[in-house]
Amino acid sequence: MEEKIYGYWLPIDISTHGHVIDWLINWLHVFMIALFVGWGVFFVYCLVKFRKGSNPHATYDPVKGKVSKYVEIGVVIVEALLLVGLSMPLWAQFKNDFPDPANAQVVRVVAEQFAWNVHYGGKDGVFGRTAPQFVTSDNLLGLDPDDDAGKDDFNAINTLHMVVDKPIIVHLSAKDVIHSFKVPVLRLTQDVIPGQEIKVWFEATKTGTFDIACAQLCGLGHYRMRGQLVVESEEAFKTWFDEQASEIETGEDDFF
Amino acid sequence: MAEHSHNDSHGHHELGFWRKYLFSIDHKVIGIQYTLTALLFLLLGFSLMMMMRWQLAYPGQPMPWIGKLFGNTNMPEGIMVPEFYNQLGAMHGTIMVFLGVVPLAVGGFGNYILPLQIGAPDMAFPKLNMASYWVFACGGVVMLISFFVPGGAAQSGWTSYPPLANLATMGQTIWLIGMVFLITSSLLGSVNFIVTTVQMRVEGLSFFRLPFFVWTQFVTAFLLLLAFPPLEAAGVLQLMDRIAGTSFFLPSGLVVTGQLLEVAGGGNPLLWQHLFWFLAHPEVYVLILPALGIVAEVIANNTRRPLWGYRTMVYSVIFLGFMSFIVWAHHMFMTGMGTTISTFFQTTTMIISVPSVIILTALALSLHGASIRFTVPMLFALAFIPMFAIGGLTGLPLGLTASDLHLHDTYYVIGHFHYVVAPGTIFALFAGIYYWFPKITGRHMNTVLGKLHFWFSLIFMNGIFMPMFFVGMAGVSRRLYDQTQYAYGAQVQGLTAMGSWSAWMLGLAQIFFIVNFILSIRGGKKVESDNPWDATTLEWATPTPPPHGNFPETPVVYRDPYEYSVPGSDKDFLPQHVPDSGNSTSEPASADD
Repeated sequence: MEEKIYGYWLPIDISTHGHVIDWLINWLHVFMIALFVGWGVFFVYCLVKFRKGSNPHATYDPVKGKVSKYVEIGVVIVEALLLVGLSMPLWAQFKNDFPDPANAQVVRVVAEQFAWNVHYGGKDGVFGRTAPQFVTSDNLLGLDPDDDAGKDDFNAINTLHMVVDKPIIVHLSAKDVIHSFKVPVLRLTQDVIPGQEIKVWFEATKTGTFDIACAQLCGLGHYRMRGQLVVESEEAFKTWFDEQASEIETGEDDFF
Repeated sequence: MAEHSHNDSHGHHELGFWRKYLFSIDHKVIGIQYTLTALLFLLLGFSLMMMMRWQLAYPGQPMPWIGKLFGNTNMPEGIMVPEFYNQLGAMHGTIMVFLGVVPLAVGGFGNYILPLQIGAPDMAFPKLNMASYWVFACGGVVMLISFFVPGGAAQSGWTSYPPLANLATMGQTIWLIGMVFLITSSLLGSVNFIVTTVQMRVEGLSFFRLPFFVWTQFVTAFLLLLAFPPLEAAGVLQLMDRIAGTSFFLPSGLVVTGQLLEVAGGGNPLLWQHLFWFLAHPEVYVLILPALGIVAEVIANNTRRPLWGYRTMVYSVIFLGFMSFIVWAHHMFMTGMGTTISTFFQTTTMIISVPSVIILTALALSLHGASIRFTVPMLFALAFIPMFAIGGLTGLPLGLTASDLHLHDTYYVIGHFHYVVAPGTIFALFAGIYYWFPKITGRHMNTVLGKLHFWFSLIFMNGIFMPMFFVGMAGVSRRLYDQTQYAYGAQVQGLTAMGSWSAWMLGLAQIFFIVNFILSIRGGKKVESDNPWDATTLEWATPTPPPHGNFPETPVVYRDPYEYSVPGSDKDFLPQHVPDSGNSTSEPASADD
C-alpha cells in the first residue's frame, strides 16, 4: 500500500462517516477563503484608493450600498445550511444510531497514564466484571477474579485490533485523569472521562496500522500516549484473537 | 486628618512619592501601573513560549546556552523535561490571559482612557481602583512564586482540568490562590467601570455619544462582573479538593499509577469544565472587545470620517456580550455530549459569529471614502482587521460539531484563538500604545522604529500561527511535548520548526518596540499641541499629560464622538466639547475654549 497516509492537510479517511466531515471541512474552507479574499480585495482597494495622498478629503456621509448586507445575509444562510443540513444530522447519526451489538465488534478501552488498555471479552465475548480495587500491575483492567465471565478476557495494551468493514463499538473509560481517544484517520475524537463510560462507534474501510493519540493533556507522558489501530481482515483478526485467547488458557499471560 | 479627599480642588496638593506613584488613587497612575506591569508579564509569557518552541522544533535536543540556566530538575544537560514543558505551557496561557492581555486592555487602557473619554475627573471609586491594582499585583507575585515551589509551577494547562489538576504538584495550589487574587481584582475593577460609565459622564454625553471604546469597556465590565464569580467559586472548590480533602471534581474509584486513590469520591470532573468555560468563553470577549474599541478609535481618527454604522456596532457589541454567556459548552463538544445540548450550543455559536462579522464589516466600510493616514497606530489597527477575520473564520469549523470531531484539541484550535488574541488583540493594544502615548507622556514614539516593529511583527506572527492550521489539519494534538512521536506529527514537523523560528524572530522584532518605548518617554519628539492627532474625543481636551483631576474646567459635550470631515466646517474635525461655531445652523455659542 503505497498511498500516503498523512500529509499537510487531512490524512486519508478510512471511516464510513468521515467523508461527510471531510466534505464539510473542505467546503467550509473554500467558503472561508472566498469570504476572506473577496473582503480582502475590498480592503486593499480602499487602502490604495482612499489613502490620504489620493483622497485628501474624506467623505462625511456613510457609504451606501447593499452589498455588505447581502454578504452578511449570505453568510448567515450558509452557516444555517451547514449547521442544519450537515453538522446536526451527522452528529445525531454518530451519537444515536449505534449499530446492533450482535453485528458489531465490541471492546472496552480503559485509558490510564499513559497507555490504552484494550479489553476484549475473550472466547465467550462477555466482559468480566471490573472494579478499581482489583487493579494490580498484573491486572491492569481490574477484573474481578471471582467472575467467571472474565476468566478468558484479555488486555491488548496500546493495540486495538478490529475487522475491516465491520462496525465496532468502543466503550471508553479512564482510571485516573481525563484522556481523549483520537484517531485522525477515523475523524474521531472522544474525551475519556474518569467516572463515566462513554461509547463511540465507527467502521473502518481500509486495512492497515494507524496511530491512536491522546488529545487531552493527561500529564508528563501525554505526548507518548500512543496506541495502534490495526484494521485487518476477518481471518487475520481471528488468527490474532485466537492466539491471544489461547495464551490466556495456557497461562502464558498473567491477565485474568 | 491632613488627608485631602480627591474631590476637593483637584491637582494642587502635593503628595509624597509613595502616594503619588505607588499607592496612588489617580486613575491615570493606576492605568500606567497596570500597563507597565502587564507589558512585563506579556514579555515573560512570551519568553516562556520561546523556550517551549525550542523543544517543539528540536525535541529532546539540548537548548544552547540558555538551557543550562534552568538546573538539573527542569533541564538536565539543557534538555527540557516534559514536566517543565507542561509548566511552561500552563503558565504561558495563564500569564498571557490573566496577567498580560486583560490587565493591559482593561486595567491599563480602560483605567487611563475611559474616565478621560467621558470627561470625568477620576473613576467613581478611586480607592477601590487602587485596591484592584494591588490585589492584581499580589496575584502576579503569587504566580511568579509558584515557579519556585517543590515540583514547580502549575502544569495542567491554563484550563486546569481535574482530576489531573487535583493530582498535580504544589504549584497548582499556588496557581489557584493566585487566580483568586486575580479574579477578585477584576471584580473590583469591573464594578468601578460600570458605575463610572453610568454616573460620571459629563453633560451632553449621552450613551449614544459615547466613544466606541467606552462602550466596549462598559460591556466588558459586565462580562467580568458576571462571568468571573463562577470561576472564583470553582477555584475555591478545587482548592478545597486539594487541601481539605473534598471531592467536588473527583469521582469514586480512581486508580492513579496503580494505587487506589483514597478520597471521598462522588464528584464530577465535568463540573469544573462547565464552571471554567462559563467564565472563559466570556473571557474571550473580554480579550476582544477592548481591542475592538481601540481599533475603532484609531480607525475613526485616521480615516478622518465617522465610523460606519456606529449604532449598529454598539448594538452588535451588546449582543456579543449577551451571546458570549451561552456558547461556553462548544469547548466541551467532545466530552460525550448528546444531540440536544450540542444542537443548542452549536446554534448559539453560529449566531455569535454574526455580530462579529457586522463589526468587521463596519470597520472595513469606514475605509470607503476615507482619507487614510498611515500612522503607526493606524497600521496596527488596520492589520488587526484581517488578522481578527482569520481568527473568526477559523472558528467556524470548530463551532460545528461535525468538523470539530477531527479538529478538536488540535493545533488548529491553537492557531484559531491565537489569531484572535495575538495578531488580533495584541496588535490592537500596540495600536493603543502608539496612539495614546503622546497624551500620556507628551511625546511621540519614533515612527521609523514603529513601522519596523509593525512589519516584522506582522510577518512573524503569521509565520507562527498560519502553519498551525496545517499541523492541526494533519491531526496533531495540542500540548504535545514531542509531536514526532506520531507518524502524522513527524510529517509536519518542518512546519512546527518554522513556527519556532518565527517566534524567535518575533521576539527580536519586539526589541524595536522596547527600545522605542523606553527612549521615547524622555527623548521622543515633543507634542506640539494637546491634540496631536487632531482627534475629536474628550481625552484630547485635557492638558498634556493630564493633571490630577484631568480637566481644568469640566467640559460639555455637544455632538457625536467622531465628527470628522463635517461638510461646511473649516477644520476636518469637530471635537465633542467644542460648541458649534457660526457657520452652522445653530446660534453662535460663546467661544470659551
